[in-house]
Amino acid sequence: MNAGLSLEQAPPLSVPLRFFLSAPLFGLAAAGLLLWRGPDVLASRWSAGALALSHLLALGVLSMVMCGALWQMLPVLAGVRVAQPRRTGALCHSLLVLGTLTLASGFLGAGQNAFRVAVLLLGLGLGAFLTVMGHALIRAPHAQDSVRGMRWALLGLAGTVGLGVTLGLGHGGLGLPLWRWPLTDLHLAWGLLGWIATLIAVVAWQVVPMFQMTPPYPLRMRRWLAAGLFVLLGWHSLAVWRGWPLARLPALLLALVLAALALITLRLLSRRRRKVADVSLAFWRVGMRALLLASVIGAASLLASPTAAARLALAATLLFLLGFALSVVNGMLYKIVPFLVWLHLQQRLATRIEVRHSIVLPNMKSIVPEKRSRQQFALHLAALLLLLLGVLLPTLLRPAAALWLADFALLEWNLVQGVLCYRAECRHIDHYR
Amino acid sequence: MLTNFLIADHRDCDALFATAENAASDGDHATASTAFAGFEAAMARHLSIEENVLFPEFEARSGMAGGPTAVMRMEHEQMRAMMLQMRRALDGRELDDFLGLGETLHILIQQHNMKEEQMLYPMCENALADSAQALLERMRAY
Repeated sequence: MNAGLSLEQAPPLSVPLRFFLSAPLFGLAAAGLLLWRGPDVLASRWSAGALALSHLLALGVLSMVMCGALWQMLPVLAGVRVAQPRRTGALCHSLLVLGTLTLASGFLGAGQNAFRVAVLLLGLGLGAFLTVMGHALIRAPHAQDSVRGMRWALLGLAGTVGLGVTLGLGHGGLGLPLWRWPLTDLHLAWGLLGWIATLIAVVAWQVVPMFQMTPPYPLRMRRWLAAGLFVLLGWHSLAVWRGWPLARLPALLLALVLAALALITLRLLSRRRRKVADVSLAFWRVGMRALLLASVIGAASLLASPTAAARLALAATLLFLLGFALSVVNGMLYKIVPFLVWLHLQQRLATRIEVRHSIVLPNMKSIVPEKRSRQQFALHLAALLLLLLGVLLPTLLRPAAALWLADFALLEWNLVQGVLCYRAECRHIDHYR
Repeated sequence: MLTNFLIADHRDCDALFATAENAASDGDHATASTAFAGFEAAMARHLSIEENVLFPEFEARSGMAGGPTAVMRMEHEQMRAMMLQMRRALDGRELDDFLGLGETLHILIQQHNMKEEQMLYPMCENALADSAQALLERMRAY
């Protein structure tokens, strides 16, 4: 009975970790690109450098972590185990890594073939991811708000990939170059809102009340937000595509919904019952403030004159990617990675019955020391502020890039420390007499 | 009905945990110790209600003795071990250790509760619909 239900604790540790450990390396690549090419990269969102940079961040950093986390979260949230996690995880991960690198090289001038290969790799990798996760979510025996929300997020990703593949084939000389302008805008909108914002919202209403002991998110928001974003995006897409009147209305409504998500989250966080201020909370707060600001600036860009609109849209996009999504993802990593290390050590220890009461495992705060994660948070904040100033004063962009480099390096270092701690403790457990 | 009672019990335990943790992070050892004792008692009661009342009933009716409840029982053991370590840290006035262990226990409990609240309790509710009232009274009186 109920064969779909599994309350097992987790897939093998290597499955999510390979995604988590790769992400900061793509961040380093993105920061390195900005440092190397300088302010020209952000002179226009159409520049090759800007496109390479945004895909290194959106695919290599954000989607990388989000995909890895879903492998971990589905069994807990939906009671479904993903089939063959080790094999499918490794496959999606390697295709995503190679595809993102090839795509970035295509934008940086590696030629049409790079785009063709990138489309193939990313189409296969993300297609496989969507198939595996979609299959698990359809089977989920208990369709809670979060399961429904995740289904919308996966549809958002599917839309983004579909548009991206079309655009990529165009770059590869195989498709429709004519429609590049509206398609690019729609690809961006679906990626940022239909995939990234939707998934983060769903995760937020699950983990914010849980980790910080806040009141729950309003029921109406949990029930309608993900579907609402999807419908508004559909309306926006048709309006852009068919040149409908009032095309800006759905875009303004999208900004309004995201601003509401940010404000409600900030309000809930201020009413939390746990007073211990951990670094994850700091990341969430910065992330939600950035989302609020990005929504306001994004809305302003819709109403501004064309020259001002381009700058405002760039600022809103940067704030969204680096201020909102990256901050939240970064904060989550500091909860997930130490906990998973501890959980897997605990399971390993449980198999050594004769010594399990003699060994004391490290707790989460000694697996990744709070002091180091605080230092990384400070770097993250400084880099974010300098980058935003850099939109106004481009000479600041190189120093900002240098700070991002240090920021991602320290994040990677902190995560690697967690893994090294895991290895050392495993040896300790295995050889303890 | 069962679900609501057990979820409310989870929240009560959470509240006691937060009080102990908040006091410990303020360095208030006495308050932390009292609140943590309350948490230990509430948790002990909640875990044994599940293990001695709810799970046996569910296992008997559904025939799933080695399935979801076995995982839940194992996680209960993990929690008990963590609480013991926290008690030792508190008695030894190692408040930093207490907080580090607390963070770990907190996430362990929350992901456990999520599985119970979203999956196991609704399953119990289905399997035990006809005896829910009697069960609820046994749990209340426990």
